[in-house]
Amino acid sequence: MSLLKREVLPLRSSNDIVMARQRVRQWAIELHFSLVDQTKMVTAASELARNCLDYGKGGDMIMEIVTVGPKTGLRLIFEDQGPGIPDIDLALKDGFTSGNGMGLGLGGSKRLVNEFAIESHVGKGTRITVVRWK
Amino acid sequence: MSELAEIIFRNEDQIRAEWIKDMGRSVQRTDLMSRAELDEQSSALLSAIVNGIKRSGPNDITTASWSGARELLAEISSSRARQGFSPAEVATFVLSLKQPLFSAIRKDLEKSQDKLFNVIWTATELLDKLALTTTESYMTAREELISRQQQELLELSTPVVKLWDGILALPIIGTLDSARTQVVMENLLQSIVATNSRYAIIDITGVPTVDTLVAQHLLKTITAARLMGAECIISGVRPQIAQTIVHLGINLEDVVTKAKLSDALALALQRSGRAVVRTAATQAGSGGLLSNREA
Amino acid sequence: MERIPVLRMGSLLLITIQVDMHDKLALQLQDDVTQRISDWGSTGVLIDISSLEIVDSFIGRMLANIAAMSRVLGAETVVVGMQPAVAITLVELGMSLPGVRTALSVEAGMELLYGAVAGLQSGSEDEPAQA
Repeated sequence: MSLLKREVLPLRSSNDIVMARQRVRQWAIELHFSLVDQTKMVTAASELARNCLDYGKGGDMIMEIVTVGPKTGLRLIFEDQGPGIPDIDLALKDGFTSGNGMGLGLGGSKRLVNEFAIESHVGKGTRITVVRWK
Repeated sequence: MSELAEIIFRNEDQIRAEWIKDMGRSVQRTDLMSRAELDEQSSALLSAIVNGIKRSGPNDITTASWSGARELLAEISSSRARQGFSPAEVATFVLSLKQPLFSAIRKDLEKSQDKLFNVIWTATELLDKLALTTTESYMTAREELISRQQQELLELSTPVVKLWDGILALPIIGTLDSARTQVVMENLLQSIVATNSRYAIIDITGVPTVDTLVAQHLLKTITAARLMGAECIISGVRPQIAQTIVHLGINLEDVVTKAKLSDALALALQRSGRAVVRTAATQAGSGGLLSNREA
Repeated sequence: MERIPVLRMGSLLLITIQVDMHDKLALQLQDDVTQRISDWGSTGVLIDISSLEIVDSFIGRMLANIAAMSRVLGAETVVVGMQPAVAITLVELGMSLPGVRTALSVEAGMELLYGAVAGLQSGSEDEPAQA
């Protein structure tokens, strides 16, 4: 896998979530994603950025354009040093919530992307990586 | 092994003539390719082979000096694939070079048995490798063709039809897989917005089987349409499909289904506050065809 | 402070969301709508999201909340103009927006709230169907 472009966005306030959405939208357009694919990626980014902020107490979103062979994709990594997720399987189930609201958790976002990986350690933090291929 | 190159070079015309003659018996396909074209391809290939051997030897055809021959073979292979040659025919094009080549080698090296054997061995290995690259190119070309055709089929087979003001119909023909369903879904939803249609009739008469996956795709489409403010009716449900749906335990509680498209249309008309009324007006005035005779 | 405008048309509240909302703006809108229903006794709320290119779970919750709160205050809510890409994404996300009525356009939305409104129909409806 090779990396063509990289940018880091801080996620410290709810305004940053809007910024993250707009940036991901710009990159998705640059990569000529279809409108539906753009929307899915931006929505996933919004969900995960908000999770990072609300649950992870703030962190960063790393944006990367990656290629594997002839495929090109947009990779987003959400990192925080928050409390970590004790039960990842539970968090991935639809309807799970540890805070307010309907809490669709991570299961929903997983369906919006092609690849989804999550690493989390209680007390240390969480790292969620998602990729959408063109 | 420039000996091989020398032998080919010295005997090029003879080799080529014999090659084409032999080819005629097995693979010429004059229905697909003209004699002149064949001549040209054969000459070009022989030169490329000579070149390759001279520049970097006959053992490794992946080096840069062999790229000319490889590209030529790839082109020959692709164009023959498109023209309708079989993969065996394309490979035989290369392999039938063996006989004339070996004859030339034997003629030139009659006196030294060891050298004869070595050069023939080198030649046969070389031609085998070249023949194999043609098979690979052939397959790639066919796969590209198939993929293009699939794309066209995808686009052709999902028309959205306006049945009435505010009522759309989407007749689906053939199997629904993931890729196709995405296209169908997006198409339908966009048409709903473009025509401001509150009702969409999805007709599945032409869908041979419905499995859980297809049902899921359909349900997602219906849910999305509903989120937007439109209602979907499924029609064309055949008895076998109805049975499959029940057996699979698919939940269609929230979805209106009708056996016939006409029933679905009647329902949509009714729900949108319209009635179809029989009036007195007919084809040739109110008296029917016979009334014209009076005049 | 920037706010999303809430317009009044008789007993109807009309809201057009055209910006990418940050959380505070969304929460402010919720407050404003409930306040206005209370102030003006509105019976209908129409939210036009035809310019919204993204509806994530937060915005989805906001819409569901507005519908629920308005109903408690005696008003019905209709959300109109959802873009296809947004609908597809919401389905994938698993959000069904319970309790939120939707319509394709502002016109359709008003029809849903108040029944057919004279003079606002498009011309073609007036031709009787020839069977």
